[in-house]
Amino acid sequence: MSILIYVEHDNNELKADTLKTVSAAQAIGGDINLLVAGHNCAAVVEQAKNVSGVSKVLVADNAAYANQLAENVSLLVTELAADYNVIMATALTTGKNFMPRVAALLDVAQISDIIGVESADTFVRPIYAGNAIATVQSLDSKKVITVRATAFDAVATDGNADVVNLSQATDAGTSSHVNDEFTESERPDLGAANVVISGGRGMQNGDNFKLLEGIADKLGAAIGASRAAVDAGFVPNDMQVGQTGKIVAPDLYIAVGISGAIQHLAGMKDSKIIVAINKDAEAPIFQVADYGIVADLFDVLPELENKL
Amino acid sequence: MKVLVPIKRVIDYNVKVRVKADNSDVDLANVKMAINPFCEIAVEEAVRLKEAGAATEIIAISIGDKSCQEQLRTALALGADRAIQINTDEKLDSLHVAKLLQKVVEEEQPQLVILGKQSIDSDNNQTGQMLAALTGLPQGTFASEVKIDGDKVNVTREVDGGLQTVALNLPAIVTTDLRLNEPRYASLPNIMKAKRKPLDVKEASEFGLDLTPRTTLLKVTPPAERQAGIVVETVDELVEKLKNEAKVIA
Repeated sequence: MSILIYVEHDNNELKADTLKTVSAAQAIGGDINLLVAGHNCAAVVEQAKNVSGVSKVLVADNAAYANQLAENVSLLVTELAADYNVIMATALTTGKNFMPRVAALLDVAQISDIIGVESADTFVRPIYAGNAIATVQSLDSKKVITVRATAFDAVATDGNADVVNLSQATDAGTSSHVNDEFTESERPDLGAANVVISGGRGMQNGDNFKLLEGIADKLGAAIGASRAAVDAGFVPNDMQVGQTGKIVAPDLYIAVGISGAIQHLAGMKDSKIIVAINKDAEAPIFQVADYGIVADLFDVLPELENKL
Repeated sequence: MKVLVPIKRVIDYNVKVRVKADNSDVDLANVKMAINPFCEIAVEEAVRLKEAGAATEIIAISIGDKSCQEQLRTALALGADRAIQINTDEKLDSLHVAKLLQKVVEEEQPQLVILGKQSIDSDNNQTGQMLAALTGLPQGTFASEVKIDGDKVNVTREVDGGLQTVALNLPAIVTTDLRLNEPRYASLPNIMKAKRKPLDVKEASEFGLDLTPRTTLLKVTPPAERQAGIVVETVDELVEKLKNEAKVIA
């Protein structure tokens, strides 16, 4: 078995989730190679060399891959796929974008967003927004797989793989990059965020929601609110999480000063990990929280921000 | 400019899905069905392009049994001009859906195909990209803005950490993200009018494609039950648990 993993990166930094995809590949088993496709991406190659469990790092450093356009990258990966049984990528921006193209060009189905490996051809993945878990067997001889990184542990970075420079420069010539707008301070959308921190009536007023901002910045979190906080006029309605607001299911949900009314729980109870911060030990939020702290939120929030 | 909008009939997003007792699949008996939310955004975007004078004709298409005609009528009521149902009782892989759509693209020659980025049932996020690959067309996935500019379309995409804008030669494939627009409600007169708009039915088996399944669904189970939580005493303990036990923060 030979496995090719596409390295998710921005020409400077190897995205750490790639290390988790390598771990998913190890669960399948076989000789694992990485592909770094980019432009002026030597720093990424240096990091890729050190990924444990990898025998070779293929490098396609060419202007055609500078922005990792799906049209161009998919042609490269499809060409390289001839030598591999399994093609994998992390289910992040780049992988989600180009991998189905590779699958279609290879005339195979793609198994998206796997969270478990049962065997070399059988995988576990969430469907219906994670409200059901499917076990799927691939009947294709070549597998094209994207990996939900949060489901796997990262491998170590004490490897020493060989680097192989490729000469390919597949340019489809049908698309071009215009610009990127990365706004570091702008928080992710509530529905899409991996981490959400929400405040409730316990925040006491709208100004106190500033206490959530520092923590949100550190965690890349979106900020939400309970209906009680919205109704009290602390924050606008588009921040509302709950039955009549947004339904969220992030990896981490931090409920601050929220009692846990059933209408609020309906909007967040499918979150992977729930943390509750509330001074009332009897608050129903603690019944669904994985971790709770019974304390005054005005003591906990500044300390939490410091220690993250 | 002709715009093709493939849409999918799925469980209504407000319905809590249940797994069948025999773990063979989810139970969709007597469940409210609707147009996939991302597909609805695709229809809306096509209608806005037509209202702006950029598009001249909107064709909605759906693949499935007769029941998906209900969602095609919804698309017609929202502003599509005509509809095509590709009839099949089979549960197709995204690859097969893309292959059927490829045939329709070859026949209809649209300048733009707008699809939802993923369906809320299978959550695959594949069909648009696969169709783009099969037709050799460029793609703008996860779109939050679509601007026609002569023989190109500029697509602003939702990417990790921000936005990316790409310029695609037309014809092109676009897949929608949530922020692209807010779909309108169909008015009663438009719902009535939609009943008289043309809806062609074609058989999937008549496209000359091998639609043999490439995957087998072995089982479907409910997600793990939430474990009883613990109360931690200090913030340090909380941070340690989140890092090393829950692994949700770095």
